[in-house]
Amino acid sequence: MIEQAYLFLDHMFNGLTVGSAYALIAIGYTMVYGIIGMINFAHGEVYMMSAYIGFLVIGGMTMLGIDSSIILLAGAMLVSIIISSVYGFSIERVAYRPVRRQNRLIALISAIGMSIFLQNYILLGQSSRNISMQPLVSGNWSMMSPGGFEASLSYMQAAIWVVTLVAMIGLTLFVSRTRLGRACRATSEDMTMASLLGINTNNVISITFIIGASMAAIAGVMLGTYYGDISPFMGFIMGLKAFTAAVLGGIGSIPGAMLGGIVLGMTEAMAAGYFSAEYKDVVSFGLLILVLLFRPYGLLGKPEVEKV
Amino acid sequence: MKMNRILSSLVPSLVFVFLAFPLLGIDMSPKDLKLTISLAPSNSLTFILVAGIAIFLFQYFRFSLMNTAEFVKTTVLSSSVKNIELDKLLANYWVWAAFLVILFTWPLLLGSSTSLDISIKVLIYVMLGLGLNVVVGLAGLLDLGYVGFYAVGAYCYAMLNFYFDIGFWVALPVSVAAAATAGFLLGFPVLRLRGDYLAIVTLGFGEIIRILLNNLSSITGGPNGINGIDKPTIFGLEITKRLKIDKEHGQTIYDYFGFDYDRMYMMMVIYFLALIMVLFCLFVINRLQRMPIGRAWEALREDEIACRSLGINRTAVKLSAFTIGASTAGFAGAFFASYQGSISPESFIFFESAIILAIVVLGGMGSQLGVILAAIVLTALPEMAREFNDYRMLVFGALMVLMMIWRPQGFIQMKRPSIDLNGESKA
Repeated sequence: MIEQAYLFLDHMFNGLTVGSAYALIAIGYTMVYGIIGMINFAHGEVYMMSAYIGFLVIGGMTMLGIDSSIILLAGAMLVSIIISSVYGFSIERVAYRPVRRQNRLIALISAIGMSIFLQNYILLGQSSRNISMQPLVSGNWSMMSPGGFEASLSYMQAAIWVVTLVAMIGLTLFVSRTRLGRACRATSEDMTMASLLGINTNNVISITFIIGASMAAIAGVMLGTYYGDISPFMGFIMGLKAFTAAVLGGIGSIPGAMLGGIVLGMTEAMAAGYFSAEYKDVVSFGLLILVLLFRPYGLLGKPEVEKV
Repeated sequence: MKMNRILSSLVPSLVFVFLAFPLLGIDMSPKDLKLTISLAPSNSLTFILVAGIAIFLFQYFRFSLMNTAEFVKTTVLSSSVKNIELDKLLANYWVWAAFLVILFTWPLLLGSSTSLDISIKVLIYVMLGLGLNVVVGLAGLLDLGYVGFYAVGAYCYAMLNFYFDIGFWVALPVSVAAAATAGFLLGFPVLRLRGDYLAIVTLGFGEIIRILLNNLSSITGGPNGINGIDKPTIFGLEITKRLKIDKEHGQTIYDYFGFDYDRMYMMMVIYFLALIMVLFCLFVINRLQRMPIGRAWEALREDEIACRSLGINRTAVKLSAFTIGASTAGFAGAFFASYQGSISPESFIFFESAIILAIVVLGGMGSQLGVILAAIVLTALPEMAREFNDYRMLVFGALMVLMMIWRPQGFIQMKRPSIDLNGESKA
């Protein structure tokens, strides 16, 4: 019985870690959707690129002789956030702004094209093989059950939770307290009205992409160093899952994205732990279909009223 | 003024260099799990520099470039293309007859079996595009998991053939029915979801199908898939070199007509088969589109509330579009399996769904001719560019973005069947 509880704890730690990353990436999807109503398919690739940038910085800094893992991690994250934000901003300017007034499907195809482009861009620029490195932070807190079973929480996992929590609190404060946050909310409410009232909606949209990309960069660096292994193909499936999380929580809602990410991560970890690792994706997509059947607007989404 | 222009053109090119340098200009190599970085070979660095300068020049001369483009559009194109009048041309039956003749003599014009192989692939994508066009273009339901139905059709034929030795023509209706059933079963619960929720659920469905195919190794052969699937027969005559299906009483088509076997001949037969299947799909969907159900699809796409108030049963209409789309995919899937002779889950990844969706959107949603054109462009071009293997997907992605920016309405805009009153066109 106690063993079961420890096992559950172990799965829960894993689920929370992956779920935090899903939540961070899902924010990018949900904010963009909330404001311009498009699925930013290239967002998963921003996550992938941010992990590459993080690895580059870590490689460069270790060559300079810095070996304190906290400085390495912080430096990697800072640089990665800056470059990824510029990527997010540029992607919007190049691929989405020209098609914003068109049918939404046009923007979706443009985003899929961007995603294919970026994936192959990394494939050519870096190598197509996975790049691995030693975990930066090792060590864990472990709890031994009387039966000798161990549930462990690594420092890296705890770091991911803390960083995610800080980022989430920061984002919530930004959206609810600052002037720019208020402009974001107004724009997502009604873009035409907001621009009539003097809000520069183009800037707000750019800000949205920048925030989304920085959140993805945090997830990319943290999860990349946690697994110690990155590849050009990791963005697609991660983006897919994060988008699922955003829809699960109710797309357009920021708390929804956080909740959806955690729920999805937990479900997956439990499915992998108790059922079978191969079918964990089937379980998470099945969960999505089930939730949407009973709550067609997601867990925290607002029902849209159909008007004539 | 001039200073300003230089500055505003300099910013994008500097941003480009800033973005490209870390990922293109620095190489990473893991050594004993420690990362080391080094400057990339000089040609990457030159590329970054050249591309940066190109972006600067483009931005600087953007206005004059745009004016030239506008000039070309208004003078050259309007004088030549508009005078031909595509619609009138297409209304002429002789044009269609000429098309058909070209299509049926096409393999004779081609010299190699490689180009014939590309033509067959194009035809398969035309079929898939036509099917998805019903769902996305006509009914306006965004389906991102279309490849799932294609997989159902392909695996259905492959497994029937592998386990029960059932031939192509008997299995074909079964495959179509299986895909249609999958579409019906998925559509029934999810079609009340709106737009993008539907998109992600269908995407999830496509992924579920692929994961199941990958992991149910005892039935589907797992990642290796199923091999040795029989080719279709032509009126009982086999088209392979040696008898494979009925070794005692069978006869190959080459023996029957007294030819010698050549790979070209076999490919030609398959090409004709694919062509006939495409024409069949085209015919059926074209007819459906003009029927009350087809009009209901389009009406539902335009305004759902108005449709409901006019008494259209929206679940039934959406479900019919979804099911017909799925059955077309099953049709194409069964053909694909028999043509390839071996299938694996690799062929049914999300990327395929994205390509098929791109075919529909690029063609001009709802337009069948557009779908055919787009299928040719999006399938044949990457195949022909195989020698630039490394760069072709990069260019493909960039082209997808550029096409959406330059021609968002697609190659050919869909026209509803309409009647001219008093000789005035109502467009």
